[in-house]
Amino acid sequence: MTVLVQIKGIREGLLVTVGEGEWDQAHQALLDQLDEQAAFLQGARLALDLGNHALKAAELGKLRSDISEREMTLWAVLSNSPTTEQTAQTLGLATRIGKPQPEYPAARPETVLQAGEYAILVHRTLRSGFSLNHAGHVVVLGDVNPGAQVIASGNVLVWGHLRGMVHAGAEGDETAVVCALDLSPTQLRIAGHISMTPQRRGKPQPEMARLNDGQVVAENWDPKKSR
Amino acid sequence: MPARVITVTSGKGGVGKTTATANISAAMAANGHKVVCIDADIGLRNLDVVLGLENRIVYDLVDVVEGRCRLRQAMIRDKRLPELYLIPAAQTRDKSSVSPSDMVRLCNELREEHDYIVIDSPAGIERGFRNALAPADVVVVVTNPEISAVRDADRIIGLVESEEKGPTRLVLNRIKPAMVRRGEMLSTEDVLELLAVELIGLVPDDEAVVVSTNRGLPIALDGKSKAGQAFRNIARRLNGEQVDFMNLDENSSFLGRLKGLIRPGGN
Repeated sequence: MTVLVQIKGIREGLLVTVGEGEWDQAHQALLDQLDEQAAFLQGARLALDLGNHALKAAELGKLRSDISEREMTLWAVLSNSPTTEQTAQTLGLATRIGKPQPEYPAARPETVLQAGEYAILVHRTLRSGFSLNHAGHVVVLGDVNPGAQVIASGNVLVWGHLRGMVHAGAEGDETAVVCALDLSPTQLRIAGHISMTPQRRGKPQPEMARLNDGQVVAENWDPKKSR
Repeated sequence: MPARVITVTSGKGGVGKTTATANISAAMAANGHKVVCIDADIGLRNLDVVLGLENRIVYDLVDVVEGRCRLRQAMIRDKRLPELYLIPAAQTRDKSSVSPSDMVRLCNELREEHDYIVIDSPAGIERGFRNALAPADVVVVVTNPEISAVRDADRIIGLVESEEKGPTRLVLNRIKPAMVRRGEMLSTEDVLELLAVELIGLVPDDEAVVVSTNRGLPIALDGKSKAGQAFRNIARRLNGEQVDFMNLDENSSFLGRLKGLIRPGGN
């Protein structure tokens, strides 16, 4: 099976779309295509649309060096896969280009959820410098360390210490909440409201922060209280 | 046995990467291992000074990479330890003179004939750090018990994880036990709770380190210094030996000492 690779010009440079298939084949097809047009592409800034391919750091890193060996620059990676998006972000690549993303009519999962209700589960500790952006809810099984940030259009739940910056309801949802086993973020934002964590006294307890009359309020989690 | 590549890094500058590299290398060589240390801080080289080998430099890392000399010619043998070699950085060039794949190639060439290759990474997270990280089998992150240094260490550990390198080990340098006791300095437990990586060394703050650095004599070769002992212990732990952590706080209570014995090993 051959994998389709398309190159087209966009305002920001060139957009290379890699079709479906096994990644090894897609990788090779992409490199073949780049080699074929090497003279034309030399010095080009490439944005890659990887569709549904889920790439780990090693694979994307390899691809980036393959591309730079050919004297081209990879600056952005577009993807439907959250894995690839995260990988691209950790490697410092853009995951969006200036204009609306190309459509993927066939790629959207069939779902009964409303838009904005997609949740992602992140099973690791987010360390300083890591930024997680998600149009939906975010659940972190691990810590969010100082210097890391989580930005979600829905709610944010952290099963661990939340010590970085967190922004729930980033697209204006004032009903969004932030919960953590230890809620001590450097800054907590809900929709357009910003607050800082007061100095903690005593042992950390599970807490939930929400907006109440335009103020961010954090309450201890009380399992007996009905919600 | 082919060598293991140990990269010493920190993110923040001035926490003691170069001192740690020099002392771990010297301690390993004193234990009879064949060690090469590489200064990856091109343009701001220091490792040669700390090892007291500055005046012997003829060729450097960039000369090797660019083919102006053979690898052997750039390896400077230490004046006291016959099993310790240094490949110095170039002072008149910058980090872009070497690429990560150059470093991998260089280390592969060195692996056959040595036990350990210790790379001194520059501060920062840019090209120089990427160069130092590329060939690493083990990453030793050096930090101080200060918020800013710990924050940078966290960033570095995240980058190492995202490049799927590692394992990562932590050295906590310049601990002042008296300040920790008064609650004025982050304790080992505070740092470990945030970073959640395996601790491999606790080094007390010691004025003798400054003296030894200025003289170009690694403190690890000084039998009397506590910091020297700490670095020798790190070298042994990197070699896979089980070594108990020293008690840095001589005035602490019996209970405090017990706690110190139990906690540092945990992750």
